[in-house]
Parts: sequence; C-alpha cells; structure tokens
Amino acid sequence: MRHQIGKLILNKTLSEKILSRKVGKDVSAGEIIVTDVDYMFAHDASGPLTIDQLRTMGIQKPAYPDKTIIIIDHAVPSPNKTISNNQEKLRKWAIKTGSRFSEAGRGICHQVLAEDYASPGQIILGTDSHTVTAGALAAFGTGMGATDVAVAIGLGKTWLRVPETIMIKLDGDLPTGVYSKDAMLTFIGKLTMEGATYKALEFSGSAINNMRMDERLTLSNMAVEAGAKVGLISSDETTKKYLESRGRGEFFQKIMPDKKAEYTETLKFDASEIEPTIAFPDTVDNIKTVSEAAGTEIQEVFIGSCTNGRIEDLRIAADILKGKKVNPNTKLIVTPASRETLLLAVQDLTLQTLIESGATVTPPGCGVCFGALGGVPADGDRILTTSNRNFKGRTGNPLSGTYLASPATAAVTAIKGEIADPREML
Amino acid sequence: MNMEGKTWPFISTAWKFGDSISTDHISPGRYFHLRTNLPELTKHTLEDAREEYASNVKSGDFVVAGRNFGMGSSREHAAIMIKMSGAGAVVAKSFARIFYRNAINVGLPAIICNTDKIADKDQLSIDLELGKLKNETKGFELTFSPIPKEMMKILSEGGLVPYIKKYGDLKL
Repeated sequence: MRHQIGKLILNKTLSEKILSRKVGKDVSAGEIIVTDVDYMFAHDASGPLTIDQLRTMGIQKPAYPDKTIIIIDHAVPSPNKTISNNQEKLRKWAIKTGSRFSEAGRGICHQVLAEDYASPGQIILGTDSHTVTAGALAAFGTGMGATDVAVAIGLGKTWLRVPETIMIKLDGDLPTGVYSKDAMLTFIGKLTMEGATYKALEFSGSAINNMRMDERLTLSNMAVEAGAKVGLISSDETTKKYLESRGRGEFFQKIMPDKKAEYTETLKFDASEIEPTIAFPDTVDNIKTVSEAAGTEIQEVFIGSCTNGRIEDLRIAADILKGKKVNPNTKLIVTPASRETLLLAVQDLTLQTLIESGATVTPPGCGVCFGALGGVPADGDRILTTSNRNFKGRTGNPLSGTYLASPATAAVTAIKGEIADPREML
Repeated sequence: MNMEGKTWPFISTAWKFGDSISTDHISPGRYFHLRTNLPELTKHTLEDAREEYASNVKSGDFVVAGRNFGMGSSREHAAIMIKMSGAGAVVAKSFARIFYRNAINVGLPAIICNTDKIADKDQLSIDLELGKLKNETKGFELTFSPIPKEMMKILSEGGLVPYIKKYGDLKL
C-alpha cells in the first residue's frame, strides 16, 4: 500500500497530486475516481454530436454554463453550408444555455484554453485529443469523446482512472537550431506511439525549467502522440509570469511532484545531444534526424497548429525567411494559432516578413492539420508541417505523405524546396 | 447479454486489420462535413485501411486488428461508425485510450486479446461474459481479460447515454 488514509504521504506524482486535491483524499495510480471538472469544451468537429448526446440524455442545460465552452476552430471560415449550419447550431446552443463561446477566428481551442482559461491544478476536458496541451500549465487536461464530454457538461463531473506516470527528464541546453518540437519528437521516437498508453507523462529537468511557456505547450500538446492521457509540467515562475501576462495571476499555484513520487519509468535525455528531428509518414514515432532526411523534396509546408502556431513559432520562421523566397517548387501556408497571435505578428511585422517571402496566410484556426479545409496536398505530394500528426490521409489526401518538424526546419525547407537543416541558416 | 438483438455467442466473420489503425484510417478527416450525417459517414468506415470494408461488412462481423487500434483523435465518430457499420465487436491486441473509452460509451465491445492467429475471413464466436473467443475456422479458443467492471456497467446498459438516462449520474 503506497497510500494510507489519515496519514500524510509524500510520494505523489503530479497527476496523483492534482487528482487527490480535486477529490479531497489521497488517490494513487490505478484507482477509479469520479471528479469535478473545471472546464469542459467542445469544438465544431465534435460539438454537434456532443449537443445531440446531451439532448438524447434529456439534459437541457450545462451543470455549469460558466465552465462550459463552445469553440469554433476547425473549419474557419466555414467552407460550405452544412458546416455553417452545424456551427450555427453550436452558436445558438451556447447563447441559449449561457455557456461561453469562442467564435471562429478567435483561435484553436487549446490555444484559447492556454490564453484565457487553463491554470495549475484544474481538470480540463475537451472533445479533442490535444486537450493535453493544458498540461504545460500544470492543468490535468485530457481529451475524451463527445459522449464523455456531454456527460461532463451535464453533470459537471467525469470519471477517470488515476494514471501511472512516465517521467521524461531533459537536462542541459538545447543547441542552436534545436527546439522543444525536436525534443518531443525524439522522446516519442524512444517511447513509441503507444509507449505511454493509459499513462501520464511528466516533463522535468533543467532544459524544461528553462523553457518558455510556448515551448512547454508544444511538449504537452504531443503527449497524446505517445498514447498518454496527460502531459504535465510543474508550475513555476514561468507559469506565474505567463498567467500574469494573461491577467490571471491570481490563479497561480505552485504544484510539483513529491520527491519520493513513484514513476513506472524515467527516461533521461541530454538536451545538448538532441538534433533537428523529423517524423516521416505515417506514424509520429517514425523519426529521423533532419540531417539524415535532408534532400527529400517537399511540395508544401504548413506552419501552424496547436503544436507550433504561436507567435514565437512564427517569429522563428520569419527570422529564417527574412529577405528570402519560398522555393518555386513548394508552397508555404502559415496559420496563426489565435487572433492574438495574428495581431502580434501584424504589430511586429513578422507577418509582413512571411508574406514577402511568399507565404499564404490563413485565418487563425486548425488550418491544414485536420485534412478538410484548405491546403490539401495533391496525389504523391509530400507535406511538411509543424503540427502533431502524420497518419495516412491526415492532411486530407491518403495518397500524400505528411512529415512533422519544427518551425525552423519548416522555414528552411520552404526556402530549399526539400528537407533542410535549420542550422545551415542560423 | 443481448447486443443489437443478438444473443452472444454467435458466429461471424473476422475482418483482419494490421497494427496502428488510426482514427484517420477509420474516419478520414476529409469527410468532416459528414460528421452530422452519421449514415453517410458510415459509408466511409475504415476507408483508408480497407476500402472494401464498409460496403461488404455484414451485421455482427468482427473487426480484428493488431496493436494500438484507434490511435489519434478523440472523434467518437470513429467508434460510432464501426458500430453503425454493423460490427459486433472490435478485437485487438491493444487499444488507444480514448478510442477504447469511446467504444464502450457507444456500446461497441472492445476486446483485448492476441489476434496473431486470427486471419481474415475466419469464423469467430465471442462470449463477453466468459471472456472467451473461439476461432471456429481454425478450431482454437482464446481467453481474454474481462472489460473493467466500471466500464462493463456502462457497456451492459448499451453505452453511456442509456446508462445516464437510467441512473442520472455516474455511479461507478
């Protein structure tokens, strides 16, 4: 027995700590709990089904409209009347029930959650697997299907199995031209795409401590690509400053695992040894170093998504593309993760640099990533994206191949028209 | 147990798939616009894994796969489509977390067992309560771990929607 009721036991992982606080008693890995939820959201990909399931259950309104968020982010702007009608249904439901509503163009759900909602210690459910992104703020964010989220909306709670945890420790400094995306692809290459199934990931080490919030969001975002339920990072001074910058400083609390926390496995990485990394089709763990992959022709480059569509990502790309042109044999599509990202990119001329290089800029949202809007590759095309998934058909055409990399690798690749190493241009 | 009017165990045909069948294989993103038209969407079930599946699957057939079935997206449509296509259960070596939960929530049994010796078109019978899978074609029997009891409560009501309609709460 790791935990004894009535005694103060100091051996909790971040997951166990957050969930124990939430349910008001010591819980440990393997236990099934029913817990309150702080925010639950549905987007335009699964929101209509979520609302239908609520109706079928006979639930008229959310238990907590203030904690319920409807977000239009996938098909932005809507390309046809069917999707427009679905989005209108969501809009009307949100207004009728007094729920929160994030209009098309405001941004990708996970970016909106990070900017306006997620705080340490919270439990956040979304109808999207990348809800794990909130883990960068020490929030237990996890994706579920429409019915699970409908029940959470209706009852204000959910059930969870407290996960075991794999610790990923990254110490040292990432070299120039190497980013958190490269680190995460390296981790997933080691873990495999199913290595963390049913488990939590926790990230620690000096390199994580030194990361900005946007870099941490990239790590947590991709936890699900190893099968994980959540990808958590302890809250610290960086978290505090981020929340303060978002006007939510009062929601900061410091949450870290206990020193004697028990992990099923600890994977240690030396940041100085990580190289620019790329995932080849059709699985995220099919990784190569960019130097191994260099020379592979690429017909389309996408910079955006909840993984790497933030202002810092756009700036990294713009620094490389400044004064250069996108190769005539490829196309560059840039999609800011949120309206605020877009506005910042306008204000500091990042956008001008990208447009002058030949980039097509599309409205804030999921963009090319989910394969049903713009930027669908042609048969036989190779598309390199800064997003998180490269399954067959992911970007809309099963006869194309999707490659995943950092914004820096994406920018250099757009200039060369073939996979290229960002260290050549930095 | 009664599933879709059928009494287990019954004998049906296996549709064999490989490892790492993603939700994009099952429910391709390019059919995004059909997500509110489930009968139409179901015509594209597993299209990017085996194009012939959706138009040829018979009611009660089994989807049999390798490791990490349903990896990727949280789209519940993937589980709903397999159920609406007529499949009686999905049998795989392992499942992605969200898909497994979705399958149970929509009343689609998700069974974890070693599928190496099951070939396409093998005739199978499955007894959920006893945790037994019989390969009638090859003449062997496999036992599988029961579905966790909390989830079995949901499955035995036919899914999470009927469960909540009956109990009005999560009483796991």
